[in-house]
Amino acid sequence: MNVSELSEKLGGRILTGEGSRERQICGIYCCDLLSWVMSHAAKGSAWITVHNHVNIVAVAALSELSCIIMPEGIEAEEATLKKAAAEDVAIISTDLSAYDVCCIAHDNGI
Amino acid sequence: MADGLMKLHYEIPADDLTYAGEASSSVKKVLVQLGINPVQIKKAAVSMYEAEINAVIHGHGGAADIEIGNGRIFICIEDKGPGIPDLELAMQEGWSTASDEVREMGFGAGMGLPNIKRYADKLDIETETGKGTKVMITVMYPNT
Ligand SMILES: Nc1ncnc2c1ncn2[C@@H]1O[C@H](COP(=O)(O)OP(=O)(O)OP(=O)(O)O)[C@@H](O)[C@H]1O
Ligand SMILES: [Mg+2]
Repeated sequence: MNVSELSEKLGGRILTGEGSRERQICGIYCCDLLSWVMSHAAKGSAWITVHNHVNIVAVAALSELSCIIMPEGIEAEEATLKKAAAEDVAIISTDLSAYDVCCIAHDNGI
Repeated sequence: MADGLMKLHYEIPADDLTYAGEASSSVKKVLVQLGINPVQIKKAAVSMYEAEINAVIHGHGGAADIEIGNGRIFICIEDKGPGIPDLELAMQEGWSTASDEVREMGFGAGMGLPNIKRYADKLDIETETGKGTKVMITVMYPNT
């Protein structure tokens, strides 16, 4: 499944990252400790985080994650959107909880 | 580039997390342009990012100097901050003196130095209390 397809299943919106909508999602990773994510998240994972500041973009890009998912209707900061556009990192915003995101991903074969 | 090495220099601003990671992002782009293998790029970029963030949040900012060539990426991040009193302790997973403010942003897991150790092919740290810290990271790549 790619980023656009997952976003649709989550009833989400892709906030930025036009060029990365086709990127394949190889798994889900959920954690809010940035160094922990860089140590453990597998390449190609979609990353669920409640952080909305600009540093999450670098973490996603450096760890080669497929996209960032902001649960519970969290909105990204303006600087985050700009940086994500520049680095071509897709951000999906959804009203669902992290748990629901994982369940839907699982039900769809991720 | 008389010696065949590409040299890069970046200033790392103090206490400003908005621009933290810019140097690492730039270096990553250079490595991509040079056609270096993605595995080595990730090792270099993640370890440099962790050292850069540490220089920002613990070391009052500093500078990064990078040399690329002859199968070797060498990254030196130096700050004039407080230094690390007990390096052995600081290298342990989970040990952190990060402030509540940066913890709220997701830093402070105490995983940065262990990550560098894991991703770097060679790691040397020189640190002196009250003087500063110098983190030297080497990542080797197959010479083509
Ligand atoms: N450049 C530095 N100057 C002074 N102290 C440092 C420096 N780098 C690391 N330290 C000390 O070592 C500790 C451990 O560093 P490490 O990078 O492993 O974790 P952290 O920065 O606290 O959290 P994380 O990296 O997981 O966000 C820090 O909390 C700090 O006390
Ligand atoms: Mg750190």
